[in-house]
This record gives sequence, C-alpha cells and structure tokens, in this order.
Amino acid sequence: MTILSILTIILVLAGLFFFLAGTVGILRLPDFYSRLHAAGKCDSLAAVLMIAGLAVYNLDPFSFGSLLVSAKLMLIAAFVFVTSPTATHAITEAALVLGVKPWQRKGGKRS
Amino acid sequence: MMPSFFLATGIALIMLMALSLLRAVIGPTILDRILGGNVIGSKTTVLLLLIGLLYNNLGMFVDIAIAYALLNFIATLGATKFFLRRLSVFIEDSEREERS
Repeated sequence: MTILSILTIILVLAGLFFFLAGTVGILRLPDFYSRLHAAGKCDSLAAVLMIAGLAVYNLDPFSFGSLLVSAKLMLIAAFVFVTSPTATHAITEAALVLGVKPWQRKGGKRS
Repeated sequence: MMPSFFLATGIALIMLMALSLLRAVIGPTILDRILGGNVIGSKTTVLLLLIGLLYNNLGMFVDIAIAYALLNFIATLGATKFFLRRLSVFIEDSEREERS
C-alpha cells in the first residue's frame, strides 16, 4: 500500500461521491433548470477528480510511457473541464428560447 | 487489492448510469432527455478508463476515451441546435394532449 495508492483511493472515492450527488440531484429536483445545475456539478467536478486519481495510479511504475499516458489522461480532464460547461450553457439557452417555465412555489410570486 | 477496488468503482458507475437512464426515459421535456444522455456519456468516459486499467492496457483505452468525450460533446451540441432550430417542438406531454 504505497502513498500513491492511498491518494488514488481518496480521489476516486471523492469523484464517486460527486457522481452520486449529481445523479440524485438529476432524479429528485423539481425543475429543468435546477436539474441542469446538479448535472453541471456532476460532470465537471466528479469526472476531473476520478480521471486525476487514475492518472496518479498509472504513474506508479515510473517510466516514459506511463508519464505519456498520464499526460493524456490530464488532457482528457482539461477537455472535460472546458466542454462540460459549454454543453450545459447550450442546453440552457435552448430551454430559454423554447420557453421552459421555471419552477416556483405554488401560489407564490417570483421575487 | 487495487484491481478489485477499480472493479467495484466500475460497478457503482454502471448503477449510477442506470439511474441517469431513468431520467432520460421518463423526462418530461426533450431537453431533459438530452441532459440524461450527456450525463451518461460523461460517466462512460470514466468507465472506459477503468476498463483499460482492469485489462492492463490503459495506453489504448485512453485514445478511445478521448474520442468518446469528443463525440459526446458534439452530439449534445448537435441535438441542442437541432431542437433550437425547429421551434415548433412539443415541450411537455400535457401540451401535446392539449393541441391534439
């Protein structure tokens, strides 16, 4: 049990927790916009955490090849970190233009 | 010990993907379905990397994961643009019942 394995376990479990939170938010929240909010967190944060954990684990027998593979993994993480908010923004714009109503409390006014 | 940990993580990810698929099936609007597909795709990217670690062949699966992340992003943008262009789409099921 090296220190890199412990770091991998911590990162992967944190990513799994955020995936679980995002999925529960997608299933339970009442409105399309709030569901989109939960999904954006789940996509960008949890995927980056899990991919970083795998990159740390892959670095264990250190060689040039494993360093290259870890660099590619961090490239995927950077790509996901850029594209996931872009996709979320595009879906939000489509929902606004198509006229999806925001959720509000029954009988209450929008403050 | 570490391969069994990665196997358990992959199984947990597949269960979360099944729950996201539930939102993609029952979602009241079309954009909910697109959102469910997007979330499933981002989980599949991580799952491909876990499969690569389990087969001791991560160098090949990394390229597949890059291609899958690109495809997921382009598919989401394309579907969103498609439904943004034709504005006569039915948003909710109740609206469809009213119009017919």
